[in-house]
Amino acid sequence: MEIQHQHIRLEQYHPQKIYLFYVVLAVGALISALGLGSAYYMEHHGHVVTGMNNQVFWGLPHVFAIFLIVAASGVLNVASIGSVFGKKMYKPRAPLSGMLAIAMLAAGLAVIMLDLGRADRLIIAMTHFNPTSVFGWNVVLYPGFFGIVGLYLWTLMDKPMNQYSKYAGFAAFFWRIALTTGTGSIFAFVVARQAYHSAILPPMFIVMSFAWGLAAFMIVQRVMFGWCDIMIDVSIRARLKNLLGIFIAASAYFVIVYHLTNIYFAKQTGFESFILLNGGTITVIFWLGYVFLGTILPLFMLFHPDIWPRPLAVCAASGLAIVGAFSFLYVFIIGGQLYPLDIFPGMEVTSTFMDGKIDTYVPSLPEILLGFGGLGIAFTITVLGVRSLRFLPNDDVTVLDGGGHILE
Amino acid sequence: MSEQEHDTGGASRRKFIGAAAAAGGMAVIAPGIHLIEVSQANAPTRPPGEAASNLVRWGMLIDTNKCTAGCDDCVKACATENNINEKVADVRQGSQWIRKIEVKEAKGGHTFSLPMMCQHCAEPPCVDVCPTGASMKRADGIVLVDRHSCIGCRYCMMACPYKARSFVHQPLTGQNPEVPRGQGCVESCNFCVTRIDKGQLPACVESCAKAGHHAMIFGDLNDPSSEIARRIAQTATTQIRADLRLDLGVRYQGI
Amino acid sequence: MLRIFRLAVGVLSAVATLCSTGAVAGESRVPKPAITIENPGKCVAPVDEMRRNHMDMLKHTRNKTLREGVRGMKTSLNGCIECHASKSTGSVTGSNENFCQACHSFVAVKLDCWGCHQPQANYKADKATTALPADHASTAGAK
Repeated sequence: MEIQHQHIRLEQYHPQKIYLFYVVLAVGALISALGLGSAYYMEHHGHVVTGMNNQVFWGLPHVFAIFLIVAASGVLNVASIGSVFGKKMYKPRAPLSGMLAIAMLAAGLAVIMLDLGRADRLIIAMTHFNPTSVFGWNVVLYPGFFGIVGLYLWTLMDKPMNQYSKYAGFAAFFWRIALTTGTGSIFAFVVARQAYHSAILPPMFIVMSFAWGLAAFMIVQRVMFGWCDIMIDVSIRARLKNLLGIFIAASAYFVIVYHLTNIYFAKQTGFESFILLNGGTITVIFWLGYVFLGTILPLFMLFHPDIWPRPLAVCAASGLAIVGAFSFLYVFIIGGQLYPLDIFPGMEVTSTFMDGKIDTYVPSLPEILLGFGGLGIAFTITVLGVRSLRFLPNDDVTVLDGGGHILE
Repeated sequence: MSEQEHDTGGASRRKFIGAAAAAGGMAVIAPGIHLIEVSQANAPTRPPGEAASNLVRWGMLIDTNKCTAGCDDCVKACATENNINEKVADVRQGSQWIRKIEVKEAKGGHTFSLPMMCQHCAEPPCVDVCPTGASMKRADGIVLVDRHSCIGCRYCMMACPYKARSFVHQPLTGQNPEVPRGQGCVESCNFCVTRIDKGQLPACVESCAKAGHHAMIFGDLNDPSSEIARRIAQTATTQIRADLRLDLGVRYQGI
Repeated sequence: MLRIFRLAVGVLSAVATLCSTGAVAGESRVPKPAITIENPGKCVAPVDEMRRNHMDMLKHTRNKTLREGVRGMKTSLNGCIECHASKSTGSVTGSNENFCQACHSFVAVKLDCWGCHQPQANYKADKATTALPADHASTAGAK
């Protein structure tokens, strides 16, 4: 049976709702503009106007940026499942998945770049290349991702190019694995810090990217379909929510192993008890934000037979998974810097600069706005994308059976 | 023995030790430097136009037995020399080129005090991670930030095991003409590189000696006749976090 | 659409005409930079060459000095300031009267030196230790 590969443009369904598009676009543009304005303010006055300092030098902007970058590579997974693993249900979703990947990566990079001390020297970052730097590798991996996903989208959306989509899909899949490995390695290769130096981080980031990316995809798909008054077929929803649940659980598994290894090493117990027991805000964010809201609750919602079929239940669980993502990254990035560096193992140290002392971090308004500005940029690109090209999936549900399997 | 022989970068290790030893004999006395300090530094000034040589490896030895808790003469001297005098409401946002750490052995209670700054690693993690190559090691072992290509990403601060790097959080004025520094770049101790190139000692070492503590000595680790090389050959010295095998230019005695 | 395009072309050409007539009549809206050289005649290269290549010379010097440790080069930023800092303000930047800023604001090229480098000639911070000879002292020896 021929599977339809048509994609929806918004106004195909409700031309009278198009004014809403401008409202939504204006909101996105406003949030983005606030972020850009904050970045300008930070560049002008220096980072003295942020909550960051020489102990916690990667702050809230980095939480947002790393979320966007990791989720960007993960959201492409929806397309990969279709092209690389040949699951037909995912194929109509590939264009939206690719477009979201580009939007989120662009937004994440924008936040990272705008937070630089010398954002005006972006050209130096692109022309001076240090081959031993993980950041340096990423300077190759990120633009490469744009290029390959762009090509992939072309093969998906241009009929004569369709024949190449499998190859482009493979390339994009391998590239995104490399990219997330690169992002995880930013931390994994930091030999000096007890919070980061671990080979488990790159695979952990890859699994987390699956969960975060799929969660982001589900929310976008739900909102866009809701806009067009289309209900996603329950069989499709069932398969997607099961997959999301598996990814959330797998992420939790990696987090457990990461913390267990640290707890087992005597030299790391201080750090672990800070994160898990007596870190104040950090501990609360870990248990409440990541463990309960971001893992247990969405898993419960996704797998409870009475809850998940309700309207918005899967979407809400996806939202919670993203709350979990931010909580995890906040604890990982900020918490990892708040705990003092172990320069003299086994010794008690004091100094004028936070040696032996647990630091505090309070993000300032410009940082918060810059972070949300990143989300605004991703949002704006997505809205423009679905308005101008046929990105939305159009499912031919007649070919699916009750369990969401394709009838062939 | 002339200085020019220092320039042969590819010379074998054996050969350069001989050359460096001979060069160590001739001390150039720069204005304002006490003779005793020159003998410590063994600093042969390079003639104008000559690049720093990898035959030299600048290093520092800090004797914690002579370093007093509460004394921060070196920190003050560093701030004066490099004009680190900007006002910051939050001390954590100020630059920390050198800081004093009081260390106490957890069980036994033995305490000592020491200055902590850039350890001028032979294998510096900050240089490895810098995306633009702004973080760099000069031929004579001094680890520096080339502010012209620093983009302020702060990855080097993440990589440094000693918290030796600082990010400049605000616009600066009133810089020492010889020590440019400014907003948005990362900076750290550079062993007072302009002073060394003139045959002078780093400001912290000079101040420590002037105050009569003599807890810090500076010199060429590659020159077996220098005081620092002789001390390291004779007494037990420690590299902090030696487990990382970064081959530090700064060593401590009495830890 | 076409009307908007025509309108835009019309406005742009009107602006261009205004600008060019102004320039011909010597009434540029931006005043020509007032270049005063406080200690003339001692420059490291002829004026034409300096105007065209000073940025490359500075870049070359900075790479040599900072990255390789070469001291006493013929060209140096502190050397520039010595002759070009204004006598009244002591600086090469800060107002359009001052040497660097005068030209750079005229040609609208951002000056990126003075965020880090000291723009005042013979600037003395309150330093307790040895007075350092300026780079130029050793430059003289190199010549």
